Amino acid sequence: MAARKPVRWHIAVFLAPAVLVYSALMIIPLFGTLLQSLMNKDAAGERVFVGLQNFATLFGDALWSDAFWNALANNAWFFLIHMLVQNPIGVALAAILSTPRLRMAAFYRTAIFIPTILSFVIVGFVWKLILSPIWGIAPGMLDAVGLKALFTPWLGKEEYALTTLALISVWQFVGIPMMLIYAALLSIPDEVIEASEMDGITGWSQFWKIKLPLILPAIGIISILTFVGNFNAFDLIYVAQGALAGPDFSTDILGTFLYRTFFGFQLQLGDPYMGSAIAGAMFGIILIGVCVYLFGIQTRLRRYQF
Amino acid sequence: MKNTIRIALLASTLLGGAAQAQDVTLTIESWRNDDLAIWQDTIIPAFEAQNPGIKVVFAPSAPAEYNAALNSKLAAGSAGDLITCRPFDASLELYNQGHLADLSGLASMANFSPVAKSAWQTDDGSATFCVPMASVIHGFIYNADAFAALGLSVPTTNEEFYAVLDAIKADGTYIPMAMGTNDQWEAATMGYNNIGPNFWKGEEGRLALIKGEQKLTDPQWVAPFAELAKWKDYLGDGFEAQTYPDSQNLFTLGRAAIYPAGSWEISGFNTQATFKMGAFPPPVAAAGDTCYISDHTDIAIGLNAASPNAEAAKVFLDWVGSPEFATMYANALPGFFSLNSTPVEMQDPLAQEFVSWRGKCQSTIRSTYQILSRGTPNLENETWNASANVIRGAETPEDAAKRLQDGLASWYAPQQ
Repeated sequence: MAARKPVRWHIAVFLAPAVLVYSALMIIPLFGTLLQSLMNKDAAGERVFVGLQNFATLFGDALWSDAFWNALANNAWFFLIHMLVQNPIGVALAAILSTPRLRMAAFYRTAIFIPTILSFVIVGFVWKLILSPIWGIAPGMLDAVGLKALFTPWLGKEEYALTTLALISVWQFVGIPMMLIYAALLSIPDEVIEASEMDGITGWSQFWKIKLPLILPAIGIISILTFVGNFNAFDLIYVAQGALAGPDFSTDILGTFLYRTFFGFQLQLGDPYMGSAIAGAMFGIILIGVCVYLFGIQTRLRRYQF
Repeated sequence: MKNTIRIALLASTLLGGAAQAQDVTLTIESWRNDDLAIWQDTIIPAFEAQNPGIKVVFAPSAPAEYNAALNSKLAAGSAGDLITCRPFDASLELYNQGHLADLSGLASMANFSPVAKSAWQTDDGSATFCVPMASVIHGFIYNADAFAALGLSVPTTNEEFYAVLDAIKADGTYIPMAMGTNDQWEAATMGYNNIGPNFWKGEEGRLALIKGEQKLTDPQWVAPFAELAKWKDYLGDGFEAQTYPDSQNLFTLGRAAIYPAGSWEISGFNTQATFKMGAFPPPVAAAGDTCYISDHTDIAIGLNAASPNAEAAKVFLDWVGSPEFATMYANALPGFFSLNSTPVEMQDPLAQEFVSWRGKCQSTIRSTYQILSRGTPNLENETWNASANVIRGAETPEDAAKRLQDGLASWYAPQQ
């Protein structure tokens, strides 16, 4: 008979603070919101359980579904721009920063990372001023190189506004993929690099054949962080375009749609039940995205142990 | 040593708390953060001097966030004692939810006409829940120096209005009109609801729309959109990305000649602009036609039903309803016109010009505010979007009007 294992209380004790705080601030509100999305008011104003009726309205009633699909499509475009612009530039910057011959690498690293720590309010305000057709420096700078004709009030045009905002967000956050990839690149052992050099693989082909496969897991993590961040985005659009996400809802993303519905706007009163339904839909979208990544992509990534 | 300081601090906090306990402190929730200085320096000291023992704190939040923030605070029980009331449904809903107390019995309510109180009453008029403070009047403010330099006279008819705009445009020194569509609301508030009453004949059209006798697709409701569509050519370069503060600055810096305005701009413009300003009401179709102005009941103040200091708050509210407050408020904030039945003397010439229109034109309020913005989609917010679209040329006046009508008819029985 083996002696009974002692109860390891210390595990519970050490976990307790994090579990308690996380539950109180995240888990309980999350389930509270999901539960609220199944409620609505009856004629007398009492809170009643309505099952999936809010979701039926959200997806079935053209008034709601048009706005929802518009927001989702805009959000997808917002994410696509980040994936196509932010992450490749982040990887490229990290690759350049990690070349040993680059001088003032610490300066560039800091300069590129600084916008990330700025508040959305500052970023939105500064870029609105830069791009302003009235006071901005963008028209003047384009004029100086003879390209004045290229200037339009980007933030005010339906066809450009969302892309412009996505690029502003890219400018702000490009430091994060850069830092993560930079760290991954630095962690590649010198022996691997030296071995490849012995085999005659240098320069670009060394990056493509040796380094890139080794940093793929980091790129995967960045992609999923970008996905979650973008589908939760709200601040920049709200600061730059207001809650009505003009022009003509062309910059409306799920976050601004949720804000308008949940909290109300001007004469529109807040509707916490439909708002919760939208929040529930957002949660579902992000959950599906993360699951696709976790089970579809991450398990297939090859990892190398050094 | 450390402990001594700690105890001293603790003791002083307790004593300080005890000393203040006799005073009641009332907190005012408001969206008028522009008025902070006026409340702190003029209005509150005048009240506190007359009412020792009651302290008042003016605690405004940003206009765009006010409604959302207030609703959350009231739901959480952390809102101030006095609530600045938006007109119509936003406040009515707060009353129906039991957040605002019934103030019908307040003595100074007798100082207000039924029209003044209508924005803060139940639909049947049985309960009034906010003390009316002020209305704002829409019109156009112009740069009088620019008009003089270009030899222009103030337009009274629509034809003259466009002739003036054409002349300013042809001269090229000034942007004819300072307005942008980035923030959307100016297009609806200072555009559609500014010029509209002349087409839908003020109250006549507004009430007919509520009763379902007129539709937003009728000519008198489409015409203002058709006018807005013409404005596009007179706005500055890049107006699509021009924000509300941009427009204000363009005008006060003297770069634009005409500003579609609400009278609340007066005090800000007086301090910013270095040139002479004048104002004219929205132009009418033909000379001699009756003119209609938007004289919108905009701001009132009510009592948080959950306030522990209800008695002191009622003293304050009674004072807000007095002619003394009306005179002080109207003069401290030229452009916010008193709703008090007692006539108020105002010093500001621009404010006098605006208020003089009450004598020669018929007053109405913004068409979308009463009852019609109760459902989903919200007519007021849709009107912002539609007006901005029409000015940008992204939607025709007819399409915009049809979209608004369809949205309204989808939930409002009299329009079905």
